Amino acid sequence: MALSREQMAMRVARELQDGYYVNLGIGIPTLVANYIPDGMEVMLQSENGLLGMGPFPTDDEVDADMINAGKQTVTTATGASIFSSAESFAMIRGGHVDLTVLGAFEVDVNGNIASYMIPGKLIKGMGGAMDLVAGADNIFVLMTHASKHGESKLLSECTLPLTGAGCIKKVLTDLAYLEIEDGAFILKERAPGISVEEIAEKTAGKLIIPDHVPEMTF
Amino acid sequence: MPGFDKVVNSYEEAMQGLEDDMTIIAGGFGLCGIPEGCIAQIKKMGSKGLTVVSNNCGVDGFGLGILLEDQQVKKMVSSYVGENALFMKQLLEGDLEVELTPQGTLAEKMRAGGAGIPAFYTATGYGTQVGEGKDVREFNGRKYIMEESITGDFAIVKGWKADRYGNVIYRHTAQNFNPMAATAGKITVVEVEEIVEPGELDPTQIHTPGIYVDRLILGTFEKRIEQRTVREA
Repeated sequence: MALSREQMAMRVARELQDGYYVNLGIGIPTLVANYIPDGMEVMLQSENGLLGMGPFPTDDEVDADMINAGKQTVTTATGASIFSSAESFAMIRGGHVDLTVLGAFEVDVNGNIASYMIPGKLIKGMGGAMDLVAGADNIFVLMTHASKHGESKLLSECTLPLTGAGCIKKVLTDLAYLEIEDGAFILKERAPGISVEEIAEKTAGKLIIPDHVPEMTF
Repeated sequence: MPGFDKVVNSYEEAMQGLEDDMTIIAGGFGLCGIPEGCIAQIKKMGSKGLTVVSNNCGVDGFGLGILLEDQQVKKMVSSYVGENALFMKQLLEGDLEVELTPQGTLAEKMRAGGAGIPAFYTATGYGTQVGEGKDVREFNGRKYIMEESITGDFAIVKGWKADRYGNVIYRHTAQNFNPMAATAGKITVVEVEEIVEPGELDPTQIHTPGIYVDRLILGTFEKRIEQRTVREA
């Protein structure tokens, strides 16, 4: 079975370490916050200027001046700080964030990522995504392995406008966890019940398959 | 105005001198921390051909979105403009130009502009459409693009509290782009929820020192919420 959204979030949560500052993108990455292991301290960074994002407010706590980068009302966690957008991106661009998790339309064997624009469709903008991929060293991309029509999103070369060039090393799809190295995807783990053959078939870019590819467990 | 007193008593006075084809830098993130009164005044004045530098362009009928209704905006410099149907329509019909700018680059362009730095190098956008045509330099084995800073004829800013000298404190995440915008206007207008006498604010807590502020006005704010997300009590 392909991984559910929750399982993808659970798998990424295993990358968390005590004391990590983490930026979670909009969509599935946001779910990672639900799987922070007990007893572990992790602080969530929101690029509109919040380090230490808490849960959604109760109805009584809602405050128009307290939002996250998805423009949702939120609260602060204990020990949070709030600052300007320039300060926020100094953290991001200066490489101070320990883990960044974001979605993508396509990635390729050279670590390029396309995630913000589909030409011909509505143009919305990159927000903070270009800063995040350029500034972070430890980036986890979360995406589906192939489109609904079965077309691979793991390519030899991205076809859509890039968000960043040569900056992605780790990709988790609904079928597999892969790392990008020396112009190829390396298959590291597969989703429960998903065969190496199926992953190979749905990976358009060069794929290196080690002798043993462990199955993820949940 | 006497001494350092920056207070003006009307939005007419606050936005006096705004002309067609000027550049306005606006604070705010989504609808959070936006200078609602200045935006309303710009709409009232009907200035045209404006270039507006702001992370977003409001929504239909609120925030900077209301300046689109009479086609007052010629160009937007923003990182994300996805919440606004009229914006998309004018963009697709060629009535509006947009310069999509990465959010951190946008913040830094304002910060640098206000600090007298004409340009800077950043890795953000290298190898993408944003980097096309821009100067590329390599530092310590990594490639960076040159981005030019931004200043405006006006900066419009939303603060929380200020003293009459224009020392401003922002509240929660309504801070966002406001402090950088405040530094980057030839004329910086700050609207706040409360004005106090000099000496009443703790100097160590000031976010924007009064030196950046030209006009200060007491406003009232709707503070519309874009995404109301709650949990059970």
